[in-house]
Parts: sequence; structure tokens; C-alpha cells
Amino acid sequence: MAQKPMKKPAKAETSTTGHSWDGIEELNNPLPRWWLYTFYACIVWAVIYSVFYPAWPGIKAATPGLLGFSTRALVVEEIAAVDAKLAPINNKLASVELAAIADDAELQGYAISAGAAVFRANCSQCHGSGAAGAKGYPNLLDNDWLWGGDIEAIHYTVTHGIRNANSDEARVSQMPAFGRDELLERPQIEAVVNYVMSLSGAAQDATRVEEGAVVFAENCASCHGEAAEGNRDLGAPALADAIWLYGGDYATLMDTVINARGGVMPAQSETYRSAQGLSEYEIRAVATYVHSLGGGE
Amino acid sequence: MWNYIKLIVLGLIALLAMIGANYGRDLAYQVNFITIALAALATFVFVLRQTGEPVEPTDETQYMDDVIRAGVIATSGWAVVGFLVGTTIAFQLAFPQLNFEWAQGYLNFGKLRPLHTSAVIFAFGGTALITTSFYVVQRTSAARLWGGNLAWFVFWGYQLFIVLAATGYILGATQSKEYAEPEWYVDLWLTVVWLSYLAVFIGTLMKRREPHIYVANWFYLSFIITVAMLHVFNNLSIPVSVFGSKSVQVFSGVQDAMTQWWYGHNAVGFFLTAGFLGMMYYFIPKQAERPVFSYKLSIIHFWALIFIYIWAGPHHLHYTALPDWASTLGMVFSIVLWMPSWGGMINGLMTLAGAWDKLRTDPIIRMMVISVGFYGMSTFEGPMMSIRAVNSLSHYTDWTIGHVHSGALGWNGMITFGALYFLVPKLWNKASLYSLSLVSWHFWLATIGIILYAASMWVTGIMEGLMWREVDANGFLVNSFADTVAAKFPMYVVRGLGGVLYLTGGIIMCYNLWMTVRRAPAVQASNQFVPAE
Repeated sequence: MAQKPMKKPAKAETSTTGHSWDGIEELNNPLPRWWLYTFYACIVWAVIYSVFYPAWPGIKAATPGLLGFSTRALVVEEIAAVDAKLAPINNKLASVELAAIADDAELQGYAISAGAAVFRANCSQCHGSGAAGAKGYPNLLDNDWLWGGDIEAIHYTVTHGIRNANSDEARVSQMPAFGRDELLERPQIEAVVNYVMSLSGAAQDATRVEEGAVVFAENCASCHGEAAEGNRDLGAPALADAIWLYGGDYATLMDTVINARGGVMPAQSETYRSAQGLSEYEIRAVATYVHSLGGGE
Repeated sequence: MWNYIKLIVLGLIALLAMIGANYGRDLAYQVNFITIALAALATFVFVLRQTGEPVEPTDETQYMDDVIRAGVIATSGWAVVGFLVGTTIAFQLAFPQLNFEWAQGYLNFGKLRPLHTSAVIFAFGGTALITTSFYVVQRTSAARLWGGNLAWFVFWGYQLFIVLAATGYILGATQSKEYAEPEWYVDLWLTVVWLSYLAVFIGTLMKRREPHIYVANWFYLSFIITVAMLHVFNNLSIPVSVFGSKSVQVFSGVQDAMTQWWYGHNAVGFFLTAGFLGMMYYFIPKQAERPVFSYKLSIIHFWALIFIYIWAGPHHLHYTALPDWASTLGMVFSIVLWMPSWGGMINGLMTLAGAWDKLRTDPIIRMMVISVGFYGMSTFEGPMMSIRAVNSLSHYTDWTIGHVHSGALGWNGMITFGALYFLVPKLWNKASLYSLSLVSWHFWLATIGIILYAASMWVTGIMEGLMWREVDANGFLVNSFADTVAAKFPMYVVRGLGGVLYLTGGIIMCYNLWMTVRRAPAVQASNQFVPAE
């Protein structure tokens, strides 16, 4: 490429190094002072910092630093400090009668705020951060309870969970897969779905409701009740209240009757989950919190 | 004779690749090996057609510019692809419905995210670095590229690497190491290509006709050598099967994490900093027609930068299983790195001393200046975020994403755009660009896009960091993770819009460069080289 000498710098006192590459020259300017001194200051600071904090590796161990700083020790200390501060009220929460928590305003207030934190970290993944639930995960804000909504029942559900392999005392029940296991004929299932839909609104096909009522009485009423009011001993939901765990439309109900449902909730107690489980006061706190959400009995 | 050896080798590669595809145990491996076979066959046919034909002697007094023209085209194309995928995943985060049900497993966020990072860093940035380094090393050495067609091998070999990596990600072949996702056979291929690149670069430097090696070439060379080392060590792995894509890392646990972030941080340090400083040291003085501000500063900051950068990786692993001493060292080296990084900014900006008026008239200079400005900003922000106390707030938040993008979009993107605007008229022998006003449009769209991006990520990053920490009077957490995600929604939309602006700027650039080649008035070709003295 043709060389075209570049314009000389405006300040005539600065010379170039005399090199030129493809027309590029370099000025002989010194290092900017502020740059150099800031660089030195950073180095000095780095050396001093590395004396005070663990820094230089040796054969067996690194220098611990004059301050004895350790991120792991800091966490242990912080947790121990919080635990020590809260120990009296946590012990009280873990030992009083469950029903008595509501009588002690201070204890109840504490349990609700502690329980809310437990809920956000452990329960919100399924039940939602506002506890409104999702498809297959019950809404905890209403008063429609599968296994009971008083504080004892909630405490039991949180501790042992539902249909899991961890706790022998987990809440268990099993709806039969009426279609898949050929317990009912297809027309019978269609009829009973129409009947169930008619209980809380309009059936898909009103002409089949009566036929469905017979199927219901013979196959479903033993768990869900004569009037489809549900049965908390079996975790069988009420079917007449327009509240649906999986959905109340025709297709979803067909799926439910054909294949059955059987949601699982883990046992949350540390007794059953050694690494991530909740301690007794945490279970009581979250039970109090859920109980306080509006549907508690 | 040489052609017959090539034909045998290519035929063997094609055959082996087809055997590999036949016995392949997973889809990604099969598709990759079919791609390799097709590439080998195409090259086979290309070589075969030339065999026996009279060979035109190459003019050894001319620069080798064909490969650079191809590189400029590839760089521009990868820019648009990378920005498009980035904008797409930005909107996927804001609107999860865009993770379409029919595309699950292929085009959801988890698959597209590594595609985006590799497309911008390795496809766009890497091709830009190879292309500009070939241009710069020839001009500043007054010598033709060493190795004949080896430069073409580097170019096409690197493009094949990109295609193999990208299709592998989509089909599920990944090492799950950030910025080092490609699996073992793609890594081996890249090693071959990269060593060839090193050979071309060093060979050209060795036959230079200038007495000294220009500073840009120091930076390019340090980038090529260090990336070779980083790539090999971080990808030490044992394939589960020769016929499968899966491999197992040699290191485990915290050693693996430390190796990964030694690699990851220096990918930023040597790929995105040193390499692009090489670009800056050539194109800014050329475009401004001014001498470099300080030779001394360039020496000191070069050696300080490459010596210190390599130790700073542990700052990515504060408050993890990494021992405290390593974390401290990573942090203090990062702080010491501040001034050596700024040395490049000073040399870039002060080179314009006496030519500041060009900012008004030359949008390309404007682009280069704002690029150096963003470089300075992110090399201050980086050391600040490496401080343990700051990091305990910023880590795992969007602040990190914002930091990376002010560097990537601002520094790497803008300096590359400037270099492309400089190169295209020169390479295609045109008097000037098709339209300077389109360059201005690109400049403003890109700049506003970056500002929207960086500002929204600062806001969400600091907000979510504070929300994660927030505790009530009894020391209990106030927010669930989902609360923090919901709170970020408006800023995610702003970030996506920033991406749209940046992408639009990139498309305008491609149009402008295309029209320059098509329409701009031609001038006499001038790629004969003349040593300075």
C-alpha cells in the first residue's frame, strides 16, 4: 500500500520512536504519571491485602492472613449467632401444644413470619410463591382441603407428605384407574364424567347424567361420598364444589377417571430427609403460616 | 504430486467420517460426522478439478487478500446470526411462551443460550480476529502470509469448527463447560486449526521486512498462543466411546471448576481483550491518521496485562468450594489488572489527540472511540465486581450479564464494526464506503441498544441481588426466587429492545458493506507491499 506520511503531532516537542509500519508511527510520550502511580498503588494495596487475608499457597497450607479471615467460619458464626438469638422462641415453638400457638400472639406472629420464609424456600416451587397452587398442586389459600385443614392435619401432611417412599406414615390412598384397568366400560366413564360435571355446573351431555349417577353411586361414592362431598380420611376430593385440582373440563375429567390421579408430596421432616429436611420448629412454623392463609380450620 | 497426497488424505477423512457416522451412538455425533464427510468430499472435488491444470504462479510481492475478503464476509454474516439468536433468547426470558412446545429440546433457551455465546464470541469475534490479524500482520510486516494455502485451511477449518459446534449444541452434544461446550472431537479439530493459525502468523512475522514487530502483532500473538494453551488444558477429557459425542473431564470437583474459570476468564482476557487490542492498535491509528500515543505505555501495559490476567480467574468462584486463599489471589490480581487494562484505553484515546475534530465528521472514528470508552468502562467494572464484598451481591445476578455485554457489544462489537468499515473499501478497491450516513445510523442504533441493555441489567442485577438478601426483623428471607424473577420482567423487555436496536444496526452495516462492494466507485488496486525503510 502506498505510504503516506502521517501528520506530525501538534505538539512539536514529542518525537516519534523512528519506527514506521504501514505508515503508523509511535510517539515517545512517557507513561502518564497518574496511570503509573495508580498502578503502583494497586500493587501496594494487593501486597498489604494478601498479608491480612489468606493468600499465598505453601506446600501444606496457604498463609492464613493476619486477620484470620475465613468465609466458611464467617457463615458458621453468622448462623450460630442467629440460632442462639432465636433458640428460646424456636424451642418454645417446637414444644408447645400445636393448638396453643394461636393463643400466644407473639409466638404466632413469629411462627407466621418464620413459616413464610420456610414456605418460600421449600414449598413455593410447587404451590407457588403466593400459595395459590397450580395444576396438580393444591391451592392453599382456600378452605377446600384434601387431607384436612386444621393445624394438626397440616402439620401431619408437612411432616410425612403424601404417597412418598420416605415416610412409612405418609398419607396414602389410591384411586383406581377405571379405564386403564378396565373396571368400567367407556360409555360408563363418559356417563359418570357427565354426572360429575353436572354437580357443579353444566354437563357435556345432559342426557347421560342420570345414567352417570348410577355409575357414581356404585363405583365412586364409597370414597367421594354419596353427595360427592369428599372424604378427608382418604384424601378424596369433594367433586361438587367447582374447585378442581387437575381441571374440571370434559377431557381432563375423562383422563382422570380413565388413568386415575395420585399426586405425591415429599415428607419434609428431617427425620425422613437427612440432608434437606425441616426441623420440628420449622414444620410448625410453616404449618402455622399455611393455616393462617385464609382457609385454616 | 502434492495434490495427489491431498486427495488421498481427503478421501481417507471422508471415508473415516462416514464410518464414524455409520457407527455413531448419538444423533449429534452422526450429524457432525456426516458434516465432516461432506466437507472433506467438497474439498476433494475442489482439489481434483485443479489437479493437472496449469498453476498460475502467485505474485509473492502482493498481499494475500482473498482469504481476508472471505473473512470479512463471514464476520459480517456471523454478526447478524449471533445478534439474532441473542435477541431471541432475550425475549424467551421475558416471554417464556417463546420456548415453543414444538421446538422443545432443540430451540428452547437452554439450547440457544450456548449457541448465542459461541456465535458471537467464537464465530463473530473469532473470525474477526483471524481476518484482521491476517490483514494487519501482512501490512505491518510488509510480507505476504506465510504458508500459501494454509491461511485458507485456517479460515475454512475454523468455519467448519463453528458449524460442528453449533449443530452439536442443538442436538445435545455439550461438555457443559461455559464457552468450552464443544465435545472432544470438535476440540481436537480446533486444536489442529489453531496450531495452523499460529504457524501462519509466526511464519509471516519471521519473514517480515520491517526491523521491529508492531505492537498490534504482540497482542495478536499473545492471544493465539494463550488461547491454544487454555483450550488444550480446559478440554482434557476422555471420550466414553470413539463413536459417541460424550466425554468425561479429567479434572473433577473444585479442580475442574478452577480449570474452567482459569480458561473462562482468560478467554475474556486473551480472546476478547488482547486479540481485540491488537485490532485497536492498528485500525485506530490508521483511521485517525495519527501516531500511536506512547510506545513506552504500549510495552508496559502489554507485559503487565498478559502477566496479570492469567491469575485473575478465581474471582469467578468467590464463596464456593474454592479455598479462600485462591479466591483472595484472584481478587487482588484483578485489582492490579485495572491499570494495565486502562493502558490500552489511554493509548487508544490519546492517539486521537489533535484529531478530535474527526469525531464530528467521521462516524467510523466515533465508533472506535466509543468502543475504547466501553473497554475502559468494563475493565473498571470487572475489577470492582471481583472484590469479594461486591461479588457477594453481584454474583449469579443479571449484573454479570450486563457487565459482559457492555464489554462484548460496546468494546468487541464496535471495534470490529470500525475495522470492517475500514477494511471493505480497501479490500475491494473502492474509493469510500457506500454511505457514511448509514454508518451514523448504525452507530446510534448500536449505542442506544447497548445503553438500554447495560442499564436494564444493572437495575435488575442489583435489584435481584438485594431481593435475594432481604430478610425480615427475625432474620427470615422475604422473597422467594420466583418473586425476583417476576420483578425483573419490565427490565427484560427493555433488554430485548436493546438487542433489537443492536441487531438492526448490524443488518444496516451488512447492507452498507454489500452496497460498497456493489456500487461504490472503484480505485486502482494497491496491494503491493512496500517496507517503510
